[in-house]
Amino acid sequence: MDFGFILASAAGEIFSPTTAAYALAALGLAVHFGYSGLLNFGQAGFMAVGAYGFAISTLTFGVPFFVGLLIAVIASSIFALLLGIPTLRLRADYLAIVTIAAAEIVRYIVTTNQLTSVTGSANGLAAFEGGFYSMNPFPEGSYFGMNNRDFFIRLVGWALVAVCCTLVWLLMRSPWGRVLKGIREDENAVRSLGKNVYAYKMQALIIGGVLGALAGMVFTLPRGAVQPANYGTELTFFLYTCLLLGGLGTVLGPVIGAMIFWVVLSLTQGILYGLIESGAVTWLNTVQAGQLRYILVGVALMLLMIFRPQGVFGNKKELAFA
Amino acid sequence: MLGLLGAISASILAILLVAAPASQAASPAPTPSPSNQTFQNNISGFLRDDTRAPLAGVTITAKSGDFTGTTKSTANGAWNIGVPQQGTYTVELDESTLPKGITLAEGQENPRQVTFSQTSNLSVIFAFGKGIVVEQQNFGQNLLNRLVAGLSFGLLLALASVGLSLIFGTTGLTNFAHGEMVTLGAVLVFAFNAIGLPFWLAILLSLLGGGLFGYAQDRGLWRPLRRRGTGLVPMMIVSIGLALAVRYVIQFYFGGATQQLPFAQSPEIQLGPVSISPNNLWSLGISAVVIALIGVVLLKTRLGKATRAVADNPALAAASGIDVDGVIRLVWITGGMLASLGGILWAYYRPGVTFDMGSAILLLIFAGVTLGGLGTVFGALIGSIIVGIFVELTTVFGLAADLKYVGALFIMIVVLLFRPQGILGRRERVG
Repeated sequence: MDFGFILASAAGEIFSPTTAAYALAALGLAVHFGYSGLLNFGQAGFMAVGAYGFAISTLTFGVPFFVGLLIAVIASSIFALLLGIPTLRLRADYLAIVTIAAAEIVRYIVTTNQLTSVTGSANGLAAFEGGFYSMNPFPEGSYFGMNNRDFFIRLVGWALVAVCCTLVWLLMRSPWGRVLKGIREDENAVRSLGKNVYAYKMQALIIGGVLGALAGMVFTLPRGAVQPANYGTELTFFLYTCLLLGGLGTVLGPVIGAMIFWVVLSLTQGILYGLIESGAVTWLNTVQAGQLRYILVGVALMLLMIFRPQGVFGNKKELAFA
Repeated sequence: MLGLLGAISASILAILLVAAPASQAASPAPTPSPSNQTFQNNISGFLRDDTRAPLAGVTITAKSGDFTGTTKSTANGAWNIGVPQQGTYTVELDESTLPKGITLAEGQENPRQVTFSQTSNLSVIFAFGKGIVVEQQNFGQNLLNRLVAGLSFGLLLALASVGLSLIFGTTGLTNFAHGEMVTLGAVLVFAFNAIGLPFWLAILLSLLGGGLFGYAQDRGLWRPLRRRGTGLVPMMIVSIGLALAVRYVIQFYFGGATQQLPFAQSPEIQLGPVSISPNNLWSLGISAVVIALIGVVLLKTRLGKATRAVADNPALAAASGIDVDGVIRLVWITGGMLASLGGILWAYYRPGVTFDMGSAILLLIFAGVTLGGLGTVFGALIGSIIVGIFVELTTVFGLAADLKYVGALFIMIVVLLFRPQGILGRRERVG
C-alpha cells in the first residue's frame, strides 16, 4: 500500500474546490442553524438553485459571468423568501420538513423531462464555465503541481470562503447578530423587546441561502457540469455533518469541519482500497468500500450529536438547542 | 442493535445470492456485448408478433448523448440493453432485421423517445402485425383507475405514517429513519425468500424483523437519549445519522440493483368498471384491515387509551400510573411492524426492491402526517390517503409522471400556509 500517495491525496482534499463549496454551504447552515436556530434541511436545494440559476442564465440566455452570478444570488434569495413566508412562524420541525420538501421539489423540477431543453433533465447541463475561466489571469503552466485552471478555481473558491467568513463574523458581532443569537436563545424575550423576529429570521434565511447558492456555483464550476443527482437530500445531511464536526455557532467551524470531512473520507477510501488491492481485506469490494464510508458518515453524525454536539470548536453555551 | 444484526445476517445471505449471478456474468458469455452486464439500468422488452410468437434476432438500438447500446432479441423474443444512467433514450428497432412478413403495427412510433421514471428498468413494447390498435382509455375510465390505485398507494403510505405519527405523538421525535424501516421490510422479505423460505414465512419473519428493529432502536438509542434529556432537534439530527447509516448498510449487503419479490408480475384484471392488478387489490385490502385494527385498538382497548394518554401528556399519564416507557416501547414495535408491512406493499406497488425505496417515499409519508396534523393518528391516515390519491390523480390531469411527487409536496407547503396544524391537528402543537 502506498501510504505516501494516500496521504498526499487526502491532503489534497484540504484545499480542493469541493471542500471550499462544502465549507461555504456549511457556513450558510451555521448562519441558519448555528446562529439563528433555523432548522434548514434544504441547503442542497439552495445549492441547486445557485448552480442551475447560473448555468441556465449562462446557457439559455447567454449572459456574462457576473450577471449569471447575480441571477443565481437573486434566485436563491427569492427561494428563501418563498420558503420563509409560510414556515418561519411555525415550529422548528415544520421548517425542517418544508425545507427538505422544497429542496426535493427543486430537484424533481430540474430532473423532469418536460424541461429538458432548459435543464438538461437527468443529464444536467455542461459547458457553462467558459466565462469564468476566460477571466483566468494565470498563464498556462504548473502552480504547486496544478494546472492554471485548477489553481484559479481553488484560489477563487477559497478567497470566497475567506470573504464570506469575514462577513459572517462581522455580521454576528454586530447588533444585528446579537439580536439573531437572542432569537435562537429565546424568541419570545426578543419579541418582547420590540424586535421584529420574523424579519430577522427571514434575513438570516436569505443570507444563509445566498451562501448556499455561491457554494453551489463553486461546487459546479470545476466539474464543468451540473447534474440533479448531486443535489439530493444526502448532500444536506453531509453538510450538517461538516457543521457539527466543526462547531455550530462558529465562523471557522464549518470550514474546518468540511476539511476534516473530506480528509477523513479520502483517507478511509485510500486505506480501504489499498487493503483490498493488497489482498488483506477480501470481505468487501471497492463498491462496498465506498458505501462503508457513508455508513461511517451516518454513525459519525449520530455520535457527534450525542456526545459532542458543540463540535471541535464550538462552545456548549452557544448551542441552538438545550 | 439486535434488529440490525438480524438484518445484516439476513442480508449477507441475500448478497451471496446476488453475487452468484454476478460471478456467472464475469465468465465470457457468447453473444451479448459486455456493456449489457455492467450497468444497473436496463431498457428491455419482449418482441412478439400478433399471434404471440416470439421474434428472434431483431436488432434494437438505444441512444442518448454519446452513449449507444445495441442488442439482438433472443430466441424467446427477449431483449435487454444496459444503459449507464437513467434519463431519456431514443430506442430504435431496425425494421430490416424483422422476419419476412412481419411489420410494425400501424401507429407504432419508431424510433421513439423513452424515459425512465423512478425504477431502474424500463420496458418498451413494440406491437407487430396488422390490426393491432393500442387501446386508448377514456378519461373517466382512467380517472376511476387512478383513483383506486391512489387509494391503494395512500393506504400503504398510511401504514408507515400512522407508525411515524404514533412515535411523534408519544415521544415528540420526527423520525427521519422511518424510510429505512420501510426499506427493511421489503429487503427482509427478499432475503428470507432468497434463502428458500416459503413466501408466507418470509413475510412473517420480515414483520417480526421490523418490530424487532423498532424495539432495538428504542431500547438501544432513543430511550437512553430520552433519559439524558436530549432535545427534540438533536434527536431529529441523530435520526438522520441513523437513516444514512442504515441506508448504506442495506446497500452494502443488498447492492444497488432493483430486485423483485415473488409474484411481482401481475397482469391487471377487470373488476366491474375498474381495472386493477391483483397485487394492488391485495394491498388495498390488507392495509385497510390493518389500519382499521389499529383504529379499534386505539379507541376501544385500555392499551389504546393509555397510548392516547401518553401522546396527550406524558407527565400526567405517568402520574396516573401508566407505564410510559412501556407504551413507548410498544409504539416503536408497532411502528416498526407497520413500516415493514408498508415496505412490502410498496415493493409490490412500484414494483421492485431497492436500498433507497423507503427514503424515496419518506417525504410523502411526512407530507401525509403533516397534512393530517403532526401527532394525530387519524389525521395521518386521512393525510396519507389524500397524498396517495393526489399523487396518482395529478398524472390524469396532465402533470408529467416524473413530477407526480412534486404536486403532493407542494400541496403540503400550501396547506401549512393556511392551516399549519393540519386537518385534524390542534393549534397548540404549532408553536
